[in-house]
Amino acid sequence: MDTTPSEVRKLNFDDYSTAKHLDHAAQQARVRNYQDFLIVDVDAHHYENESYQEVFKYIESPVIRRDIIDSSSRPGRSAMLNSSVGNQNLGGRITRANLRRLQKVPQDGRHRDVAMTIEWMDSLGVDYACMFPTPMLFLGLHPQVEIEVALCRAYNRWLCERILAVEPRLISMLYIPFNDPEAAYRTVKDFGDKKGVVGFMVTSPRYKPVHDNAYMKTYALLEELGKPISFHAAYSWEDRALQMTNRFISVHSLGFMWFNMIHMTNWVINGLPERFPKLKVLWIESGLTWAYTLMQRLDHSYMMRTSDCPSLKRKPSEYMREMYYSSQPMEKPDDNSILEATFKMIKADTQLLWSSDYPHWDFDTPGVIYDLPFLGETAKRNILGANAARVFNLDTKVVKKIP
Amino acid sequence: MAEWFVAKASDLPDGDRRIVNAGNNEIGVFHHGGTYYAYSNYCVHSGGPACEGILINQVVDLIAPDRTYQGQAFSDEMHFVCPWHGYEYDIATGQCIGDRKLKLKKFEVVRRGDDIYVVA
Repeated sequence: MDTTPSEVRKLNFDDYSTAKHLDHAAQQARVRNYQDFLIVDVDAHHYENESYQEVFKYIESPVIRRDIIDSSSRPGRSAMLNSSVGNQNLGGRITRANLRRLQKVPQDGRHRDVAMTIEWMDSLGVDYACMFPTPMLFLGLHPQVEIEVALCRAYNRWLCERILAVEPRLISMLYIPFNDPEAAYRTVKDFGDKKGVVGFMVTSPRYKPVHDNAYMKTYALLEELGKPISFHAAYSWEDRALQMTNRFISVHSLGFMWFNMIHMTNWVINGLPERFPKLKVLWIESGLTWAYTLMQRLDHSYMMRTSDCPSLKRKPSEYMREMYYSSQPMEKPDDNSILEATFKMIKADTQLLWSSDYPHWDFDTPGVIYDLPFLGETAKRNILGANAARVFNLDTKVVKKIP
Repeated sequence: MAEWFVAKASDLPDGDRRIVNAGNNEIGVFHHGGTYYAYSNYCVHSGGPACEGILINQVVDLIAPDRTYQGQAFSDEMHFVCPWHGYEYDIATGQCIGDRKLKLKKFEVVRRGDDIYVVA
């Protein structure tokens, strides 16, 4: 047998490069010709805590600013910011979570956050990414509403000035401090016209019903601005029902659907789609099966109990089918016909927006959509980018540089 | 088929591994427990670098004879883990732990003197 010279790599866990970590994603991007069309990631993350020392300087209250800066020097005890118990990184099995701090970025004047984000976007084949925070996803559960308001405002200012203003490939739906309805309204008013702000986002784990009258003027303002509202899912192991689960897989699988199922139910049953017919609503990171289930469940009960929801002029599923859904984490049943039925149920061709959730542990590549056998090329391109460009009024020029 | 050079045996101690580009194949070659194993480096899930993550023993639930749960432990079965999403593989077979019907493509490893080759 012939012996052939080969290229051999040693593995080095003392070094890390996003481009190397995602080399196989870049291979997929080249083979599938992602360079030929627009890909928009409607749910991507950074670790804003890595920039907290910058963010904290934007906190307007000198008292809260001092308390938070002081407490940040002793993480894990007496911290002013809440987090959540969890095992996102699978006991170190998701290596990028720990190794990313070793990443070297070009010293070209860009913020480290921007340089690292653009690197993974190019590897995945993404042109534009909608950035969301990571630890702040749990901020809606903070016992002090004024802390949510203060940190949210500081983060939004930092994000707009330091990230969105300088990198046109990054956009965001800004965090709304939903536990304070007046501050929520002020956030939309103050930031609605900032560069790169394509909408506003409510972190779903919280205990404020979306149909409270206090929010109507915020929804009206969003509708007037033409900016979508989104509900970004997360879990909470502090939730009374979810406290019964004993493994992360359980609280994560249920939690990311649970809060959005409640908010969606309240949104539809209280007739908000009738009150705000032009307001675009986007549901993020709950996957797809929850919507498939809830549509059937609500329709079934609605036909018997129309008097419970007299604002509705159509079945709940018809309103839900006019909303938008991010794709990740896209459940992939063994039987593709089940997934195809889910796509049909939510009218995926026009309402589904691909998302990666990168760099989180259960991220999706564009291949989860591009490789589906039941989608035509137009539908694939709609879901991967064109739908999002329409919802967010984005430039459709392809700008990525796949390595 | 050809034999692709992996490493000098003396440079590949037990517990170490190499990633070999062998034509159209990208192969992870492990030296574990005195045996060499070689598998495709493309995860069955979404094509991640399956052989480039950590090695970790299988986690098992400890269930007593009365069927009560008594905690968890590591077994002797060694796994390697795709670093993208955590798919685990049995290093002895290449089977995916979540569904053992799924396997990474396995390659033969040969030793000639002090030289280790993978056949692909």
